[in-house]
Amino acid sequence: MIAPSDEAGVAEAVRAAHAAREPLSIEGRGTKRAMLRPVQAARTLSTRGLTGITLYRPTELAISARAGTPIPEIEAALAEHNQQLIAEPPELRALFGVEEAATLGGMVGANLSGPRRITWGAMRDHVLGIRAVNGAGEVFRSGGRVLKNVTGLDLCKLLTGAHGTLGVLTEITLKVLPRAESSGSLVLRVADIAAGVRALSAALGTPYGVSGAALLPEGHGAMQGCLAIARIEDFAESVTYRLDRLRTELAAQGEAALLGREASEALWRDIRDAAPLNPAPEEAVWRLSLAPSRAPAACAELRAVFDARLLLDWGGGLVWVAGPATEAAHGAVMQAAAGGSFTLFRGPDALRAAVPVLPAEPLPLAAIGARVKSVLDPAGILNPGRLRA
Amino acid sequence: MISLPEPKPEILARRASILADLARLLPADAVIGEDIRLRPYETDGLSAYRQMPLAVVLPRTTQEVAEVLRYCHANGIRVVPRGAGTSLSGGALPLADAVVIGLMRMNRIREINFEDRYAVVEAGVTNIGITKAVEGEGFFYAPDPSSQLACMIGGNVMMNSGGAHCLKYGVTANNLLGVTFVTIEGEVVEIGGTHLDAAGYDWLGLITGSEGQLGLVTEVTVRILRGPEGARAMLAAFDSVEVAGQAVDAIIGAGVIPVALEFMDKPCIHACEAFAHAGYPLDAEAMLIIEVEGSVAEQDMLLGRIRDICAQFKPISMKLAESAEQSLAIWKGRKGAFGAVGRISPDYLCMDGTIPTGELPFVLKRIGELSTQYGLGVANVFHAGDGNLHPLIMFDANDAESFRKAEAFGADILKLCVEVGGCLTGEHGVGVEKRDLMTSQFTARELDLQRDIKSAFDPGWLLNTAKVFPLEGNARIAA
Repeated sequence: MIAPSDEAGVAEAVRAAHAAREPLSIEGRGTKRAMLRPVQAARTLSTRGLTGITLYRPTELAISARAGTPIPEIEAALAEHNQQLIAEPPELRALFGVEEAATLGGMVGANLSGPRRITWGAMRDHVLGIRAVNGAGEVFRSGGRVLKNVTGLDLCKLLTGAHGTLGVLTEITLKVLPRAESSGSLVLRVADIAAGVRALSAALGTPYGVSGAALLPEGHGAMQGCLAIARIEDFAESVTYRLDRLRTELAAQGEAALLGREASEALWRDIRDAAPLNPAPEEAVWRLSLAPSRAPAACAELRAVFDARLLLDWGGGLVWVAGPATEAAHGAVMQAAAGGSFTLFRGPDALRAAVPVLPAEPLPLAAIGARVKSVLDPAGILNPGRLRA
Repeated sequence: MISLPEPKPEILARRASILADLARLLPADAVIGEDIRLRPYETDGLSAYRQMPLAVVLPRTTQEVAEVLRYCHANGIRVVPRGAGTSLSGGALPLADAVVIGLMRMNRIREINFEDRYAVVEAGVTNIGITKAVEGEGFFYAPDPSSQLACMIGGNVMMNSGGAHCLKYGVTANNLLGVTFVTIEGEVVEIGGTHLDAAGYDWLGLITGSEGQLGLVTEVTVRILRGPEGARAMLAAFDSVEVAGQAVDAIIGAGVIPVALEFMDKPCIHACEAFAHAGYPLDAEAMLIIEVEGSVAEQDMLLGRIRDICAQFKPISMKLAESAEQSLAIWKGRKGAFGAVGRISPDYLCMDGTIPTGELPFVLKRIGELSTQYGLGVANVFHAGDGNLHPLIMFDANDAESFRKAEAFGADILKLCVEVGGCLTGEHGVGVEKRDLMTSQFTARELDLQRDIKSAFDPGWLLNTAKVFPLEGNARIAA
């Protein structure tokens, strides 16, 4: 493993690999190795040595850090100023069975967002600027450190979610926001997933700024039944007022209970991290993104094929699925995601190497994509095979 | 005057046959070739620059757009996409050998879905038209550029338009789910859809704000949001720019994110007050308009908190709207700012840089010095929450020297924005206006990477050529 301590070292390593046409596995701390397809590369280039917050201006709502900085370190720095990462990225140590915390570069490279995404945007919406090394070993920048910037093509968006295949992120600037003074949740016991999605759509259709809208089909802990949960994060007076209004307006949707701040925060941590899925080590995990009203049918289709354990977030638009790591189960996921999107989020190497881990692109776009890839990675050495065969 | 590439003589020579071909591809009323009807298309919101196009087409369907692009691609004809032409950066400025594709006839709303909170609209639907279509159910489309009565969603996507409320709701890119994209070869591709965050490369994100360099967008799926219970504004006036800036920092630092946070300097306050009689304090050096959302009780609570914070900075005056009407009155001056400046000066250039908000006092001081140096007046409006600065440079377009000075003054301001850690454009786009300043923000290699990505979409450089990228650097691509 090559783990340079600075950006120049990353550039030098990539230049050497480019000259030798030698593929590199690009990672931070490698916590998401079991995600998407296994990379075909003998050597690994890690950004774990690139650590540290380089700029933090709380009143400008922006933080910059080197790509290898662990997420908890960034969250701790933000917490000192009562701020937070807006997209609420999941903490996936348990899901991936790893010890180390994920890095900023990995989280941005995977565009991972948690429950707050439904109202406040995805990780990609908050990437203000990047520094990166392309596949020829050249350093380039896009964006900056200001909240509004439309200068030139937005390569921040292109590299966010590209899983290291278009460049090695070396430094990232994110928009951040104050942490809400308080929070709380309304929990509704509903008849089934369809009723739950309806309840969440109703909640998101109120003027109360619901910042989390999830569905736990099998209950959670002491709470039994199919549960639809809506969260409010705001000043204390507003949380009280808004939860009360939500409870009244959604009274017809199901039997209601309110969770105070502590219980609500614990529950949303679990939802964020997909903890209720609790997959066995040999099982696979998928994420589907759909129009929420499509989710109930998709869930029914999956359950008809295998013993799918489900967790829905983003008002029903994000479906987490755990089940057997078989091609049959994967085929059912692909079919259920028709019209939307899916990722094989976690699975054994054999399955991940055998199936498409994300949807195919329309042909004209795939052709453009191949040309864009060869602009940014002319020798095809960055994470070969990570996204597609 | 900005330089444009040499027209291709063989295209100019074939003008009559190109018009005849276009007339075969499209309904008769969709092709414009007579000078008198081409004239309205010779410029856009940046009216200092003018150039008559070869032809204008006004397709009604995605299929018609695709056919025009396929034809232009096959014949090596340049294309300039145009929405409502409200671009302030010359994004829709024609070229003498280019076909302008105007999307204003694609103005149908395809689908509205309140349960899944999206609307599918054609590119020529106006920004306000989306909100009008959904407001009956209490919903709205969030980005609200000041041109929202006229500007079209297709143009909003291409320029990644912002507005006064993006501190809370984000810009266009943050409010899209999908687009129908037409490549220069005339291939129609659906990108995204009605779901969030498709896996794979974020083409939607790359296309948004690409200023017509990569392809055309004919349909857009936008997120629609349920509006708040209500909103109300206050104003706070201070006797120095620095203190007003400190008040902004204190508000954000206290964890309050207002839905809008606007800053006006003294020249701007005076121009707006003379125009709108909004009751603005004329003795102030700087004024903030702050808007919050929620129930009436929540508005009271938030405005109360903000008032208490502002009070620590010895404001000259503060005014809390007590009703929606009073709130509108506070906004009236700000919303009329551009018109107000137009009233006291024959012409003005509206600049659009972004700066780290902490740099505001320094930047305004430098702009004041430059104003003296160039002998031109300037009024500043600032989206204080997100750092987007709009200096309005006053000049006289009938005086060539005055225009030359205004351009040079504007360029100096934008370079200053980059120097203090900001950027050339926050929401208006690069267009032709800021094209030649791109080298102050990007290295030659960075610009070449962006050019190469354009080439991946548009190998023949037919799409909105002469915008965004400095011409001299394009030679490498053409060679």
